[in-house]
Amino acid sequence: MKRRYFTRFGCAPLMLLALSGTPAFAAGEQPEESTYVAPLANPVLEARARALQKELRCLVCQGESIDESNAPLAADLRRLIRQQMQAGQSDDQIKAFLVARYSAFVLMKPPVRQDTFLLWFGPMLLVLAGAGAIGVIVARSRQRLGVDEIATDLPTETPQGY
Amino acid sequence: MTGELGQLALCLALALSLMQAFSGFFGAARGNARVMAMGRGAALGSFVFIALAFFTLMFAYVTSDFSVMAVAENSHTAKPLIYKITGVWGNHEGSMVLWMLILGIYSAAIALTQPDGTHPNARLGSNALGVQALIAIAFLIFILLTSDPFLRLYPPPFEGNGLNPLLQDPGLAFHPPLLYLGYVGLSASFSFAAAALLDRRNDAAWVRRARPFAIAAWTALTLGIAAGSWWAYYTLGWGGFWFWDPVENASLMPWLIGTALIHSMMATERTGAFKSWTLLLAIAGFSFSLIGTFLVRSGVLNSVHAFANDPRRGLFILMILFVAITSPLVLFAWRAPKLAPGAAFDVVSRETGILFNNLLLTAAAATILIGTLYPLVLDAAEGIKISVGPPYFTATVIPMMALLAMAMPFGPMLLWRRGDVKASAYTLRYPFAFAVLALILALAIARPFSVLGAVAVGLGVWLIGGSITDVLRRAGDWRRLRLLPPTAFTSALAHAGLGVVALGVAGAGIWKDEAIQVISPHQTMQVGGYTLRLEGTERVQGPNYIADRAEITVLSKGQVITVVHPEKRSYPVEQQATTESAIRTTGIADLYIVLGDPRGGGGWVVRAYFNPMAPFIWLGGVIMALAGMTALGARVAAALRTRRQATGLAAEPAE
Repeated sequence: MKRRYFTRFGCAPLMLLALSGTPAFAAGEQPEESTYVAPLANPVLEARARALQKELRCLVCQGESIDESNAPLAADLRRLIRQQMQAGQSDDQIKAFLVARYSAFVLMKPPVRQDTFLLWFGPMLLVLAGAGAIGVIVARSRQRLGVDEIATDLPTETPQGY
Repeated sequence: MTGELGQLALCLALALSLMQAFSGFFGAARGNARVMAMGRGAALGSFVFIALAFFTLMFAYVTSDFSVMAVAENSHTAKPLIYKITGVWGNHEGSMVLWMLILGIYSAAIALTQPDGTHPNARLGSNALGVQALIAIAFLIFILLTSDPFLRLYPPPFEGNGLNPLLQDPGLAFHPPLLYLGYVGLSASFSFAAAALLDRRNDAAWVRRARPFAIAAWTALTLGIAAGSWWAYYTLGWGGFWFWDPVENASLMPWLIGTALIHSMMATERTGAFKSWTLLLAIAGFSFSLIGTFLVRSGVLNSVHAFANDPRRGLFILMILFVAITSPLVLFAWRAPKLAPGAAFDVVSRETGILFNNLLLTAAAATILIGTLYPLVLDAAEGIKISVGPPYFTATVIPMMALLAMAMPFGPMLLWRRGDVKASAYTLRYPFAFAVLALILALAIARPFSVLGAVAVGLGVWLIGGSITDVLRRAGDWRRLRLLPPTAFTSALAHAGLGVVALGVAGAGIWKDEAIQVISPHQTMQVGGYTLRLEGTERVQGPNYIADRAEITVLSKGQVITVVHPEKRSYPVEQQATTESAIRTTGIADLYIVLGDPRGGGGWVVRAYFNPMAPFIWLGGVIMALAGMTALGARVAAALRTRRQATGLAAEPAE
């Protein structure tokens, strides 16, 4: 079956997990023509465009990608991506063009730079530091565990009252 | 009149909380049973008054009393009754009252399960009630000073502004209360940990008391997150279920820490290992809940969940946050080094497994915190704006969870103190073989080709298979499964539940099929092997909306399977539109149909999705919650049995 590109529903109703009081969207009032972007004839390019869209932020929305958003700006960007792809630009070139125009804010995946070093490598450092700490704890605990202590499997838990 | 009654009730709850704090701490310090009993009474009284305030507010909503500002701003006479009731917590002021009500429920539960003054654990519970009272005092002052739900409006308007139509959904009845039962419930573990530090307790008594509350909170949080995800899935009209939205992150962080906590508590209670670490996790769990409350309520985040900015509110919660997190940490830094070290264990043991679990879960929570706060900090510090979106979280958190899932089936297999990894690996040979088979099949058959999806499927099968193996191993034989106590199933259910979620996420996230087409009546379109035929559309009038309703026949191989009615609603009061998607589920896959806009010539935009395994996401959540309920149920039953025996023994001498 043929996959077709389509415009997603609204700009703001991204999530309603909590208790939003923000009346923010009017999806039905978006002119359909302006946000509908015809898919590229070349399915490989179209797939690339779809993938790239998910990595670009809709700048006027509340944290949606231009793939999900129905805002006119997002539609313009979807069109622009397709034009540039047909002109033979690579994903990185298109991203660089958009970053030059809108700053790194447009990238859903922040670039690895000096000021995002902690963001990207902080988690890995945390895991490594934690693993080191666990190594020390386990080694110390093993020393305290007498060799004469035999392995004991405690019986299936029987809950106790208070 | 009712508004003033509610306000008075809040003030009285505040007064009783002050009394609860005083008698909790003072009674514990003096070991005075009567003062401690007064603290319990104050906790119950405070709960009663908060409940009175809550129901007074509900009364104002139900009767559409627009002289109360919160009601005028968030309600409307034409709104159905159910949404007048649930609308109470569909805004900042009301949701804070719900927050307090749930804190009150946990305080009252602590008070009711508190042993008498002569019991060795009486001081522990009394201090814990004191800490609960401090939290209540801080938030009651916050409500009364910055977010008074009973503020009057004069002259009262004839009609209210209505509620955001997205929130006019049964989801609002379940999702927020469950979520709050979860993350406010982590306050109980926090309070008992602080009480243990105050009391210089060196044993696991606080864990024994706090664990049922932690399990209850975790269960509710699991259900709350699952309910929210399901709600988003069926309402938003394109089948998304998780967005790494800052507010979702705010609920996921306490869940991850809470999961680490209930595992660590298990070790501390059973063998006495990681005493200090469990204390720290209990403090961290509620701290993350408070951070979440701050992020959601202060409006610092760019999120549709955030309410209108009010710097005073943000600052106030930030102050509560600062005091609530730093003071127990200072107490911990001061007292913890003096605690005796936890019980010893070998390198290969269930304790080490739990440490591994705790490492990855806390690192995942920390990563989400970094990702959520980094853009704020960078913007504030250097004025540089960056976005941290779903690709970041998938790249960092998902690998951690995958690593955890690989290790999870080993956890319940390994013995306490000293395990045998080779024997456990041998026991797990069948699930391993099935997992590898599933992975290869997913790579070979499922299209589009996705390594990530195949890994998720492999891990899902690995977790489910591991759980089945674990239960069979405990029973010895499948015929003896009935003889196992319910608690033998808890870890298996919880771990299998996560496996089911992994399958659902892979299916609905990676292998969904989508189609959008403009079709006129009697024309058809194809999705996921189904044929959809638009029969026609009609205008229908709802209680407070007007809808376009389509009739679409679903066919498979020429046979009519069902007729569905997706709607597109428009709410004149709020001037907003919503989609009511039609979802037909087979239990293992969803057909998801959305009516779009009308196009020229009688055609309609119809969007349809085929989401394989999508129902597994929420089914898995429910299975995990069942695990929590089983554990909790066994504890409640045991407590009741102990109490009955105690009264039985007390009655005997009278004979």
